[in-house]
Amino acid sequence: MSVTLDSYEPIVGRQVLDEIRFLAEHLKGRRVLHVNSTAVGGGVAEILNRMVPLLNELGLKSRWEVIKGGEAFFQVTKRFHNALHGRAAEFSRQDFRLFLETNAQNARTLSLEAEALFIHDPQPAALVLEKPRQGGRWVWRCHVDVSDPQADLWRFLRRYIDRYDAAIFSAPQFAKPLPIRQLLIAPSIDPLAKKNEDLSEETIREVLHRLGVPRDKPLVTQISRFDALKDPLGVIEAFRLAKRTVDCRLILAGGGASDDPEGSQVLAEVREKAGKDPDILVLELPPGSDLEINALQRASAVIVQKSIREGFGLTVSEALWKGRPVVASAVGGIPLQIAHKYSGLLSRSIDGAALCIKQLLNNPAYAKRLGENGREHVRHNFLLTRHLKEYLLVLIALEHPEDVIPL
Amino acid sequence: MALPQAREPFQFCTRLSLQEATGLAARTIPQLLKYLRAVPGSVIYHHTHRFLQEHQYLTPEPPNDFAYWVTEVLGEKALGEQLNSIDTVQLSSIRALRERLAQTLELYLKAHPPTGLRRARPEEAFHFIRTISVIFPTPYRVSDLNGFAQALEAVSINSLYYHIFESRLRLERGKNDFSFWLEEACAEARLARAVASLDPYSHTMEELRQTILRLVRQRAAELEGRCPSPSTPTNRS
Repeated sequence: MSVTLDSYEPIVGRQVLDEIRFLAEHLKGRRVLHVNSTAVGGGVAEILNRMVPLLNELGLKSRWEVIKGGEAFFQVTKRFHNALHGRAAEFSRQDFRLFLETNAQNARTLSLEAEALFIHDPQPAALVLEKPRQGGRWVWRCHVDVSDPQADLWRFLRRYIDRYDAAIFSAPQFAKPLPIRQLLIAPSIDPLAKKNEDLSEETIREVLHRLGVPRDKPLVTQISRFDALKDPLGVIEAFRLAKRTVDCRLILAGGGASDDPEGSQVLAEVREKAGKDPDILVLELPPGSDLEINALQRASAVIVQKSIREGFGLTVSEALWKGRPVVASAVGGIPLQIAHKYSGLLSRSIDGAALCIKQLLNNPAYAKRLGENGREHVRHNFLLTRHLKEYLLVLIALEHPEDVIPL
Repeated sequence: MALPQAREPFQFCTRLSLQEATGLAARTIPQLLKYLRAVPGSVIYHHTHRFLQEHQYLTPEPPNDFAYWVTEVLGEKALGEQLNSIDTVQLSSIRALRERLAQTLELYLKAHPPTGLRRARPEEAFHFIRTISVIFPTPYRVSDLNGFAQALEAVSINSLYYHIFESRLRLERGKNDFSFWLEEACAEARLARAVASLDPYSHTMEELRQTILRLVRQRAAELEGRCPSPSTPTNRS
């Protein structure tokens, strides 16, 4: 069944959708183009897959183009990505030339005619050189954290970023001072995606049975790639501290070990630390395990996201959406998703995380309240419909520099 | 009995907002104070009302961003409480609100100088953000109390938010739009006062909607003779 705006009505309510429609009335016929570097896989493609048809349903003329590049180009841009996140990489003049040539080739083959162009992430960023010829308003939609980028790469990218009319960042702490406007739009989750849709108790039971997860004790769960930055070893320590006074079982579930040598190393360390403890279950989930993740989250008494460093950390919203109480580190975009003691608990250490886990397991009514508040917080602030509304608002803000815009 | 028609219809508008970074971030209270004094009014508005709108389901304690940051990140509970208890409903403009916030910080720093040395971790700095408001009419335009109640039930929380908070404080219209219309266009001074006296900062938006609906429906019923008015004598003793 195809998803339309009406499909979201049972979740967000008629009033929210009406408002999006009223707003879109002012933007009917606007040509909007999204350009990114991949049609499948990754959060950006997932969102655009839903967003572009919804914009069309609302009467805009929305298109999505994907740039083409050879393997060498994508290797360079992968290193761009790492260096923007602070992982050192060396770039030659040839790397930068390949980046520019590939962008120029795409500029020749793509149709860039639109009133508003959203260029996603660094890979297609140099398409903006076409701005004087094409016209339109150009927005660089940055999904990565560029708060601490490698200096030489950032200097290079600035030559292009500064030519845009505006940039969009996911959180204020991911932004860098720029001479252009910097709008803030958080990412979102799709409540109708397999990872987030409602599940019957029977399905949850069946999935947990298949995964070999008993439900005789409250489950404390972290679902993340096996990556040192997600601190799975710290989760085990926090769990053991909490378990001294409250009986529970830990689930560490995630992927990233089979195709990544660092991931397998972390997984081996996790298994070693877990030892033969029957109350620690380590599950390797293959890519596409959306149903399994959904069921594990829904079956959990507490969900943990004890990252040391995080991007936006949208897995927190996914957990909150299931009405589960969440204990998470106050890093990256997580404090935007959890207001401490209102919609979850924030921690900054292993001891702190252990205390939060204990508090939630020992106070089911408190845990329930935080979980319910968390779900409402996500309903109002982190669903795809809010994201859609903000894209419409960006189109309006691009045409009006003032703070209060009457239509 | 038919309800009297208002002299002017009431147009329900709504307001949607987008956030824009200012590039300013504070890690200490003196920095917070410095930027608080310098940023545009739309930034003060954002940080004193964002929490309220994003956490509209919480009761009854929606703190402002300054109070939340000072309490939860810097651990200054006493100052957080002072910032949180600033009675926004008594202040008529963003200027007045800014002044009260700044005074509170200044006085506290003077009385407790070590507080000024507390420093947030870089990833928990306070980022100043501006709100861009886009305001547009909804299809709801009403001319009597029953129509008003029906529309009030149908509009979004954002519409309520616009007519209650934004018009009163940020656009400096003195009172909320509902009370203004009830008094000026409907000559319903008592109902207008009852709506104006609600403290929107200590209700969730949904509770506020239900309370106003109850007041308006009760008055409509009185006017239609469906129930007695509390201000007119009835034949029941």
